[in-house]
Amino acid sequence: MSPKRYVARSRAIAARALGDETMVMSAASSTLFTLDQVATLIWEAADGVTPLDQIVTDKVCKQYDVTPDVALRDANALVEQLAEQGLLLLSDQPITEPGKLAAGAR
Amino acid sequence: MSHLVTEMTAKALDLSIPLSVQLDLTYRCNERCVHCYLDHHDHGEMTTAEIKDLLDQMAEAGVFYLTISGGEIMMRRDFFAILEHARARTFCIKLKTNGILIGEKEANRLKSLGVESIQVSIYSHRPEVHDAITKLPGSLKQSIEAIRRLRGRGLRVIVANVLMTKNAVDYAGVQELCKELDAHFTMDPTITPMMDGDRSILDLNVDEGTLREVFRNGALVGNVEEFCAPPQGPDDEALDSLPCSAGHTACYVSPYGDVYPCVQFPLPCGNVRRTKFADIWRHSPQLNEVRSITLRDMPSCSKCAHGATCSRCPGLAFMEGDMRGPSYQDCEKSYARTGIPSENLKARKASPEPYHSLRLVQIQGVQVPSLGLNGKMSEPSPVPA
Repeated sequence: MSPKRYVARSRAIAARALGDETMVMSAASSTLFTLDQVATLIWEAADGVTPLDQIVTDKVCKQYDVTPDVALRDANALVEQLAEQGLLLLSDQPITEPGKLAAGAR
Repeated sequence: MSHLVTEMTAKALDLSIPLSVQLDLTYRCNERCVHCYLDHHDHGEMTTAEIKDLLDQMAEAGVFYLTISGGEIMMRRDFFAILEHARARTFCIKLKTNGILIGEKEANRLKSLGVESIQVSIYSHRPEVHDAITKLPGSLKQSIEAIRRLRGRGLRVIVANVLMTKNAVDYAGVQELCKELDAHFTMDPTITPMMDGDRSILDLNVDEGTLREVFRNGALVGNVEEFCAPPQGPDDEALDSLPCSAGHTACYVSPYGDVYPCVQFPLPCGNVRRTKFADIWRHSPQLNEVRSITLRDMPSCSKCAHGATCSRCPGLAFMEGDMRGPSYQDCEKSYARTGIPSENLKARKASPEPYHSLRLVQIQGVQVPSLGLNGKMSEPSPVPA
């Protein structure tokens, strides 16, 4: 069984919902991104303490016709991408303070 | 504008969302720039609590890009409390400042709060010119020191170079300075009237020859041939287009809570001390009137060859007396850019303003000649050949 994965929105971003999408700008690079409806669900639930698999089950699978395996695979790919851009923090432990990452976070 | 930004702006327009707001925290300033359009006295600025509440309302309304400006923003002792609150509401923040009050501590704080960019006004690379414009000795040195502090921390700095008669030959020097400071250079060749309508500072605008030179400088405008290309005239798509973002996806809030379509468009639309920001945005009759105007509704501009490509500012047109009319300053820019006069300029040339000979009027028993505003002889408006 793979370890739990926790996700938290970075503090070094600007973000705003625009209809059913979300605009996110990286403060570091001034690059603008948009998240679609499903990605917005994960983004909004990325509180650092709810595991990603639970977010997928509670939010994505409840609203969309998708199996948990497929949804979790897509969610993992998304959060990896967002972490690469510095928009999201990932950790195998809960992230209680996005400015101070727990060990194992990146 | 990138494709994504265009897409987001179009979506905001469809959803009637105020994507961008400029909020001036104060009109007070530690400089006294000769071209400034503001009254620097405090006539009752919003309190910290009022501004924080406004920021909450703006976040709720969907505002994403927030420009915090003034006056000098750091004249407010609560500036960092306001900025911290704004960042907690995840606005994308641009600051406009002269930088004079940005020391090491302030630069660290700005870095930790994560602002998108900081715009600093630099009028010349020469202290005797810059300081004469700001009327503050030593101001160029202090502004440059601030830029170095900000850049040293990796913050994005935009240098705003306002072009006027007093610094008309210095923009290349400011560009060089920006290269040295690793700051982004921008230039604005337009001096606008004061917000109370006083047009006396317009005398500081550079002449047509200087504008023409600027518009043919590839280092400033990019592709000169494209930038200065003769206008093709507006097609149907252009005629149905909107003049600019003012009132459509953007607006301005003064330190006193007054809402306007733009900082350069002094049409009062409501006050956030009396009405919720979202209600003003959605229901203000003035904003709705601004929104109703397309190029097709503008009697002169819709027939003008420059109609589709002109940088016409509806706020300047409003200050000239008609928000559906042309803006003379922009007509002059279109002419300097392309050498082709606008319909407005042609009409002025065909029927110049009537000459009124001097006459005598009597005020409080003293006979004085009736001259122009402020007792000065008005110069006839220049009309291009």
